[in-house]
Amino acid sequence: MESEHQVPIWFFVGFLLLIYGLLILGAGIYALQVPTDVQLNLKTSWPDAPWFFLHADVWWGAVMVVVGAGYCYRFHPWRPGETITGRSK
Amino acid sequence: MPSISLFAASEKGLISIGPLDYGIIAIYFVVVLGIGIYLKKFAGTGEDFFMAGRKMTAWIAGLSFISANLSSLETMGWSAMAYQYGMLGAHAYLIGAIPAILFLAIVMMPFYYICKTHSVPGYLSLRYDNRAASLAGISFAMLTVLVSGASMFAMAKILHLLLEWDMNASIWVASLTVAIYVTLGGLVSAVLNEVLQFFLIWFGSLLIPILGLVHAGGWSGMVAKIQHNVPIIFADDPVTKNADFTSLWRSLGSFDTNPMGIDWFGMVFGLGLAVSFGYWCTDFLQVQRVIVAKNLRAAQNGTIIGAVLKICVPLIVTIPGLLGLAVLLNPDGSPLVLVGENDVRANITNHTFNDVLPLLMGKYLGPGLLGLGVTAMIAGFMSGMAGNVSAFATVWTYDVYRPLINRKASDHHYLTMGRWASLLGVLISIATAYALFYFSNILEFLQVLIFFFIVPLFGIVILGMMWKRATPTAGFVGFLTAIIASISMWVFVHTFPDGFRPAPKVVLGKDAVVTKFEAPGDARSEKKITRVIVESGSLETTNVPIAVEGEKAPVWSGDVTIKVEVTLPDRAAKGDRPEENVAVLAPEVTMAASKEMTKFGADAVPVVLKPGVKVHASDVQQTFVPGKFNAAHVKWIARSDKAKPMAVNMYSGFWTLLICVVTTIGVSLVTRPRPDAELKNLVMGLTPIPDEGPCPWYENPLLWAGLVGAVLIAINIIFF
Repeated sequence: MESEHQVPIWFFVGFLLLIYGLLILGAGIYALQVPTDVQLNLKTSWPDAPWFFLHADVWWGAVMVVVGAGYCYRFHPWRPGETITGRSK
Repeated sequence: MPSISLFAASEKGLISIGPLDYGIIAIYFVVVLGIGIYLKKFAGTGEDFFMAGRKMTAWIAGLSFISANLSSLETMGWSAMAYQYGMLGAHAYLIGAIPAILFLAIVMMPFYYICKTHSVPGYLSLRYDNRAASLAGISFAMLTVLVSGASMFAMAKILHLLLEWDMNASIWVASLTVAIYVTLGGLVSAVLNEVLQFFLIWFGSLLIPILGLVHAGGWSGMVAKIQHNVPIIFADDPVTKNADFTSLWRSLGSFDTNPMGIDWFGMVFGLGLAVSFGYWCTDFLQVQRVIVAKNLRAAQNGTIIGAVLKICVPLIVTIPGLLGLAVLLNPDGSPLVLVGENDVRANITNHTFNDVLPLLMGKYLGPGLLGLGVTAMIAGFMSGMAGNVSAFATVWTYDVYRPLINRKASDHHYLTMGRWASLLGVLISIATAYALFYFSNILEFLQVLIFFFIVPLFGIVILGMMWKRATPTAGFVGFLTAIIASISMWVFVHTFPDGFRPAPKVVLGKDAVVTKFEAPGDARSEKKITRVIVESGSLETTNVPIAVEGEKAPVWSGDVTIKVEVTLPDRAAKGDRPEENVAVLAPEVTMAASKEMTKFGADAVPVVLKPGVKVHASDVQQTFVPGKFNAAHVKWIARSDKAKPMAVNMYSGFWTLLICVVTTIGVSLVTRPRPDAELKNLVMGLTPIPDEGPCPWYENPLLWAGLVGAVLIAINIIFF
């Protein structure tokens, strides 16, 4: 295998989670203003649900952003000695 | 509302997704293709392409090992099992997996790893000879592409049912994407994409049990709701409606005290020993993921990481199935009743067991999250196909092409052959998927096909590793005998010497105009249809006698136009066979009074045919039916005529392993073994463990295997 300028798979994982997290978090924040059908239905069948659970996209999106950003930072391809498997040489 | 333009979704499928969800799915395709293209430069030799350079870390090996198994058929299928059988479905992740994975890590991995084999058939070639290896190689190569095609067909069908996506487009887009990234990057690409898929599956699935458990009032709230709902949902099944859905072992005392129709012996020795060890220890697709680790310790620890992750899978599979029993409700608050695929109401008035996970996705996931869930589903299918295709390329090139066709080619030649084999594997998979359009009943056959070969394979591999006296001839004879025995048992339980008559049914045509009468339901039961009148139009009957005016005997087959009003029976039988309920299916009919289109399914209701109604009657009797089990034959395999299909498969696996071991030992005693010098690094006692330097406690495979074993025991005690 070649050994220069390798992008670890963990970076790809982090990148995808970060992008997805941002999209889901953005949709969640938007839905705070304009609730989605799922949230309206849940509120009907689950009237005592805390806000936290009705807006799972906000906190789940945030979790994905944090995990994704963490992986991107830890395994960024410019870090010396990284390989595609994330193993420092 | 502005949300409509931004997140508008179609209302046709079981779940609806919008532009944001489509965007998330599209990003996934771009990223996996990007990874495939990027990894091409890392697959420059045969060792790189087929064995990922043997440089994978324990974490990558472990995640890939478990992802290769965690396909969408698995998650949807076992969620459905949990809805149908309760916690018994979790055995597939506990006794049905963990002991075998730990055994692979601690006992078998040193032999696989130290002999530097590239595949399980490759090990057979080194340990025995080319006869057993070629039989394993050819059968495995054939099976991988067939299973891959079946998985692709299932994906297309599920995406069509859920989202109304075009099946052709689903098959071609997913298959071509897999073809590109596997052909370019080989096993490296397949393995690394499986790592990506692992994260997608967990982030796409974990929210459902979290929200569902909170919704149900925690574990105890869910259990209380299950106990309340199960007698209503399974009102017609006396065993299931009284079954304990939240225990692992309490109901396994006999075959007729649990909905799975299995006893503890079948669960322990069939699933826990034969099927589980066969699948996890000798299915090359699984083993390939961990033998490509950078060293023996990483291979062992990677396998144990796989065991840890496997033990967690019930969180995203079993719990959603149980939640389906607790939180899926009709608008009036009564439990939503899901039914089996063979039920008369399936996909007409009721969703099926297989829909439990998508229904929960639709209930809890909004825009974006739903796209993530669907992406995880697609990723699961594609990953399964990629795994099968990369395994096919390796086994074809190293275990069939090289020993049987071209022994002395260069590494570059084999690398090129591997790339073409990957492409060929995808094309055969696509052809298989299209074949299933016309022969969908083969799917049932394909799912058990793998067990014909995997269990016997484990028998000869483990004897080969543990007993140096096992001879090449015995390996081949034992393997072949067990395969034949396994197939024979399968044929035996599906054979009906006196003929099998499919359950009588009436299917109303689209042109039928009907009136139906119903009895009101109450809190403990659904509304029931009591009588159906067909005013005009056509229908088809199977195994239903029609008392036609002017005929001495009832008409069972042929085309009939009703002249004088006639009533079809609610129960029917031919000769001295027991009577069975007549199922009435109306997938799309018109109501006589309102002229509205409707659909319904009913069981054991009289159907009145008015003059002018056209009937196409069939009288069907078969002697071999792959989808049905002959109870009279089942008792010889599974010790009881009350055993259900799952029990029969588990017992068949147990007998197959026993036959394989006994035959191999017997033949070994009368044939010539290979000399010790030829068995170095292949058999216990002749395989020195290499010194890999000091081992810190946190990298000690024995320690982690012990801990995982302890957790397994604890879970079984807690949920006993």
